Amino acid sequence: MTSTALKEPVRRTPPGAAREPRRRTGRIRRVGLPYLLLLPALLLELLVHLVPMVIGIVMSFKELTQFYIRDWGSAPWSGLGNYEVSVDFDAPVGEALLHSFLTTVGFTLLSVGLCWLVGTAAAIFMQDTFRGRGLLRALFLVPYALPVYAAVITWVFMFQHDNGLVNHVLHDQLHLTDEPSFWLIGDNSFYALLAVSVWKGWPFAFLIVMAGLQNIPKELYEAAALDGAGVWQQIRRITLPSLRPVNQVLVLVLFLWTFNDFNTPYVLFGKSAPEAADLISVHIYQASFVTWNFGTGSAMSVLLLLFLLAVTGAYLLFTSRGRRTADG
Amino acid sequence: MASPGAPMPNSPMAPPRSFLWTRRIFLTLLTGFVLVPVYVMVSSSLKPLADVTGEFRWLPSGLTIRPYIDIWSTVPLAKYFVNSLVVAGAATVCSVVIAVFAAYAVSRYEFRGKRVFTVTVLSTQMFPGILFLLPLFLIYVNIGNATGIALFGSRGGLILTYLTFSLPFSIWMLIGYFDSVPRDLDEAALVDGCGPLKALLRIVVPAAVPGIVAVAVYAFMTAWGEVLFASVMTNDTTRTLAVGLQGYSTLNDVYWNQIMAASLVVSVPVVAGFLLLQRYLVTGLTAGAVK
Repeated sequence: MTSTALKEPVRRTPPGAAREPRRRTGRIRRVGLPYLLLLPALLLELLVHLVPMVIGIVMSFKELTQFYIRDWGSAPWSGLGNYEVSVDFDAPVGEALLHSFLTTVGFTLLSVGLCWLVGTAAAIFMQDTFRGRGLLRALFLVPYALPVYAAVITWVFMFQHDNGLVNHVLHDQLHLTDEPSFWLIGDNSFYALLAVSVWKGWPFAFLIVMAGLQNIPKELYEAAALDGAGVWQQIRRITLPSLRPVNQVLVLVLFLWTFNDFNTPYVLFGKSAPEAADLISVHIYQASFVTWNFGTGSAMSVLLLLFLLAVTGAYLLFTSRGRRTADG
Repeated sequence: MASPGAPMPNSPMAPPRSFLWTRRIFLTLLTGFVLVPVYVMVSSSLKPLADVTGEFRWLPSGLTIRPYIDIWSTVPLAKYFVNSLVVAGAATVCSVVIAVFAAYAVSRYEFRGKRVFTVTVLSTQMFPGILFLLPLFLIYVNIGNATGIALFGSRGGLILTYLTFSLPFSIWMLIGYFDSVPRDLDEAALVDGCGPLKALLRIVVPAAVPGIVAVAVYAFMTAWGEVLFASVMTNDTTRTLAVGLQGYSTLNDVYWNQIMAASLVVSVPVVAGFLLLQRYLVTGLTAGAVK
C-alpha cells in the first residue's frame, strides 16, 4: 500500500522555501487542516445526532409528560421508572411493546432475507449481457428511486377493500377467496407490509450486489470454466464466496434500515398501525406523540438502540471471525 | 423477455438450459412484480373518478387528463413542491460539499481520532430516527425560544436535519472513491505550489465526479422521500410533499386518480434523475463503498 510519506503530501513542500513565520502557520495548518475539513461534518452530526441522543438518554430518566414540554429541564426525575413501565410485560404498555418488538423482528428477518435473495438472484442472472438488459436494469431500480410516500400510497390504493387491484385479482378474477379480504387492517396487514417492504427494498440489494459483482476478476470464472465447472457451480464456488465482504455490509445495512423503518408503515397504515403490523418505530412514535409521554417514548427508544448495538456488535464479531477462518 | 445471446455449442462458457430457463422465469416474474404498481399508478392517474371509486379495472373506461389539472387546486401542491425542492436541493448541496471536505481529510491525512471519527459517523446510521426525533424537536424549539432562530417548523431546520441523514453514507462512499484517485496527482499539484484546498478542488474533485454525482443523487433522494421528520417539523407554510400528499385522502372523498397523478408528478424528477445517473451510482459504488 502507500507509504506514510505519501499519506502526508504536505511534507513534500521544500522545507527551506518558506520564511520562519510562514513555516509556523504552515505547521499549524498542516496539523489543523484535517480537523478543519472535518469540522462542519462533525458539528452537524453532533447537533442532529449525538447531542439529541444524549438528551434522549437523559429524557428517558425523566417524567416528561405534556406539562413539562415547554421547559423539559424542570420535569421531575423518575429514575428507572420509564424503563420499568416499558419492560413490565404483564402490564399493557410493556406487553404491547414486547408484541411490537417481536413483530418487528419477524418482519425484519423475512424482509431482509427476501430482499437479499431477490436482489442477489437478479444481479447474478443479469451479469451476462442479453437483449433488453439495460432496460430491465433501469426498470428494476424504479421502486428504489420512487419516493417512499408515492410508492406506498400506490400500494394503499392496490390494497383497498372495494376498489383495489389485489382483491380484484384474488377474488373477482382468480376466485381464490370467498370474500374480498381486508389488507390494511387485521392479520393480513403483516403480509401487505412485507410485500411493500420487499418491493421497495430489493433493488438496493440488487444495486449493491451488481456493483460487487464487477469487482470479481474475470480470470476466476475463466479458470473455473477451464476446470469444467458449470454455471451453477461457478455461482456457488466463485460468485457467492466473492460476495461475502459485500454481503456482510449489505445485510447489516438492510437489517438496520428495515428494523428502524418508519416511513413505510406510517404511510401504509397512518398514525396507528394494526396490531399484526405494529412495527417498533411507529409504536414508539405513537407512545410519544399521541400520548405526549416523551419520557416513556425515550426509554423505549434507548432500549431499541441498545438492542441494535448488541445485534450489530454480535453480527460484526461473528461474521468477521467466520471470514477469518474461511480465509484459512 | 430475457432472451440471451445464442450460446456457442460446446463452448465451456455456454450456460445450460436449466440456467437459461430459471433466469427467464425468474426475471419475468420479477418484472411483473415491479411493474404492476407502476402500471396502477400511471393508468389510474388517467382514469375518470368513477373508475377508481368502483371496482378496480385494468383498463380505463376512458382516458382523461383532468386529474393532472385538479391536483394543483385540491391541495396546494405547487407550494409543497417548491418546499420540497428548496429543502432537498439545499440539503443536497450542503451535504455533498461537507462530505467532500470530510472524505478528503480522511483519505489524504493521518491524524489522531481518524478512526473514532469514521466509526462515530457511520454508527449514526444505526440510530433509530425515533430516538433523536423527540430530543431534536425539543432542541429546535428551545433554540428558537432562546435565540429567535426558527429551526422548528422552518425549512432551515429541515435542511439541517436532512443533510446529516445522507452525510455518513456520503462520506463513507467518497473516502473509498478518493482513495482510488492516485495520490501522485494531487501531490504533483502540491509540489507545484497549490494549497491543499486547491489540490482538492482542481485535481481530486474532477477525478471523482462519478462518486460525487452518486452521492448527490443519494442525498437528494433521501431528503425528497423522508416522512417522519417532515411530519413533525413542518407547518402549513413549510409542508413538504411527503406530508402534503396525504392531503388528498383526508377529505370526504378519496380522489384516487388525483393521488396517483400527484404521486407520479412528484416522482418524475427523482426517478428521471436517478435513471439518468444510475450508471454513476453503480460506478461510484463499485469504486467506493463496495470495494
